[in-house]
Amino acid sequence: MIALYTVMEGVIAFFLIAGSIFALIGSLGLTRMKDFYMRLHGPSKISTLGVGCILLASIAYFSLLDAGPSLQELLITIFLFITAPVSAHMLSKSALHQKLARDPRTRGNPQELQEDEEHSIEEAPQGDSKLP
Amino acid sequence: MLDFALKVSAVLFAIAILLNLYRVAIGPSLPDRILALDTMYVNSIALIVLFGIWLGHRTYFEAALLIAMLGFVSTVAVCKYLLRGDIIE
Amino acid sequence: MIRPRKWLPMPLLSVLLLVVWLLLMNSVALGHWLLGGVLAIVIPVITEPFWEAQPRVKKPFLLVRYFFRVLLDIIIANLEASKVILDPRGRARPAFVEYPLELQENFTITMLASTITLTPGTVSAHLRMDGKTLLIHALDVGDIDDMIRHIHERYERPLKEIFEC
Repeated sequence: MIALYTVMEGVIAFFLIAGSIFALIGSLGLTRMKDFYMRLHGPSKISTLGVGCILLASIAYFSLLDAGPSLQELLITIFLFITAPVSAHMLSKSALHQKLARDPRTRGNPQELQEDEEHSIEEAPQGDSKLP
Repeated sequence: MLDFALKVSAVLFAIAILLNLYRVAIGPSLPDRILALDTMYVNSIALIVLFGIWLGHRTYFEAALLIAMLGFVSTVAVCKYLLRGDIIE
Repeated sequence: MIRPRKWLPMPLLSVLLLVVWLLLMNSVALGHWLLGGVLAIVIPVITEPFWEAQPRVKKPFLLVRYFFRVLLDIIIANLEASKVILDPRGRARPAFVEYPLELQENFTITMLASTITLTPGTVSAHLRMDGKTLLIHALDVGDIDDMIRHIHERYERPLKEIFEC
């Protein structure tokens, strides 16, 4: 029985450390990368997995404490893994909408980022005419 | 061993939140700031769960769940606002 | 009085509600089964008019295999993205890729986009209004055509088999 506790403690400690290192790398990516679209990658993938690891550790800890399965934290994990891609998609949509600058090394030139000729003329100030 | 691991990972998460705060402060554009705030939500969920393990208590589960839900909804709402200039059409 | 059309309009949603209720209560006592069961029957009946037609899962076994494949890929994705972020010289090769979609239903496209975001080096950025092109931003990609083929083989085809064929 003692052996089981020691092993489980090791597993929980491993998940805690691994999760926090992942989350730190994700936040580091948020700080270090050059343009918004590259910054999006760190938090949306790595931080989510990091927090997932912490929640797994929590499940293991409370299951050990109660001597029975305690799967509550699974709810948060599933919720995070479903919502992280959605919020990343929304964020990049709004960034494309605002035509944020991208890193010059980026290949590919989507039409969402191209300057629209008619649009720019339309939006230029024309005297003191009111907006429609 | 568990105590030590808990302390280390709490410190790492605190550093991560500080990095996010830095990005919120300097972020050149609005989506950058929203992204940093979203990451802060996610990291603070982990901190609260860590605190729950530290105390050996399950009271903080609901708090973590609520932060997860509110964080997602507010991120989507602010993005919607940036996209349309309006939250509810 | 609204007359219910069917007792179990969406069996999957009912099962999901019951499981979520039991997880939330963190107990499998008889009372929680009963209360969760009542909620799992009543909520789908009341909310049925709000829902769009859901696609049917045609091959559940393939869905399970897809789930585990994505789980494995998430771990690989994180190791790869960590490598790019921690690279001191900042040697990323970012690219915008226009991915031609074959899927047609909203739900399956959502699933594909989520999978793409969670797996190696790619974030789905925008779905064009015509619903035929998905704009993907990749963090570190060598050959763009290779990546498109990879996504098509590994994720889109299984999804098409599971939900649409």
